[in-house]
Amino acid sequence: MIFLQLFITFFKIGLFTIGGGYAMLPLIQSEIERLGWLTNTELVNFIAVSESTPGPFAINISTYVGTQMGGLLGGICATLGVVMPSFIIILIIAAFFERFKDNKYVVGCMSGLKPAVIGLIGSAVVSIGATVFFPAAVSLSVFTTPQFYISLVLFLSMTVLALKKVHPIIIICISAVVGIIAGFILKM
Amino acid sequence: MKHKFNLKKVLTLFSVFFKIGAFTFGGGYAMIPLIQKEVSENRKWITEEEILDVFAIAESTPGPIAINSATFIGYKIAGFWGSFFATFGVVLPSFIIISLISLILTEFQDIKAVQYAFFGIRAGVLALIIKAFWSMAKVCPKKTISYILAALAFILAAVFNVDVLIVIIGCAVIGLVSSLIAERRIK
Repeated sequence: MIFLQLFITFFKIGLFTIGGGYAMLPLIQSEIERLGWLTNTELVNFIAVSESTPGPFAINISTYVGTQMGGLLGGICATLGVVMPSFIIILIIAAFFERFKDNKYVVGCMSGLKPAVIGLIGSAVVSIGATVFFPAAVSLSVFTTPQFYISLVLFLSMTVLALKKVHPIIIICISAVVGIIAGFILKM
Repeated sequence: MKHKFNLKKVLTLFSVFFKIGAFTFGGGYAMIPLIQKEVSENRKWITEEEILDVFAIAESTPGPIAINSATFIGYKIAGFWGSFFATFGVVLPSFIIISLISLILTEFQDIKAVQYAFFGIRAGVLALIIKAFWSMAKVCPKKTISYILAALAFILAAVFNVDVLIVIIGCAVIGLVSSLIAERRIK
């Protein structure tokens, strides 16, 4: 039953996402890989699509995976799943615990969760890095291909731009243009 | 606080959050200034101070910040239906746009030029994730235990392939226990 599975999986992802932006990336990556819903390369491609379209990454990725796996109804189930935990938890907090964020148990858990998310994103960087630089398999022959060096130079220069707070869409556009030029010259 | 169902208010909430969802690129953090402007400056629904509290709670509860903020602000302004329509509004633009894109993306990926573009884009995306990693690391509490937990989470996930959920729950428990111990020592 794909619809139920989509709902449950994205409910779990929503429930265990702490913070914004790419905080949910490690969990999404491990879940969709385990279930075989997207390859790592497809996920990285979609991150670029999500950065170039409006809306939060969480909603974009759940709608995308949902519609890919189960059409429009699949998209609705996955998106509903990712939204539901937030909705329920925030309603309870808004109605009953206005002082929630000063609660010592919440503060305690958060003090462990913040560094955990950083470590987990670090691990996502490693596996996404492997997809970028070793698209087929990790082997020494990769170092003899021009693709590897193009990716490396592009990655390093785009990292400099990103850290200088250049807008993500500009970074994606530059990368796309370099990719197209390199692709046609090398006839990859 | 008790709220009566107020159709006008609820529909305004929906349209405000629809606009926020439709015009912010880059997700939750990018939405914060826009929410602040619309809800607090333009409409004076809640005070500047209250909205900062909302963002603090949105960050420290499970779930994406965009959804948390919409639900919370909606509730503060118009009760349950307020939170329902604010959340629905913030989600809908993404849902519509991505559903349409997913119809064509698969076909597009067969075009040679698109494949080349994505070859370049993947390197760019890696740079964007490094940037996200860096901005999160910068605001993390500078304590020994934080460094240890970050390193532990990294090694468990990257080297030993431990389930991400187990790492998250484990680190929350360690954080809780260590902060309770620290508190007892102060007393």
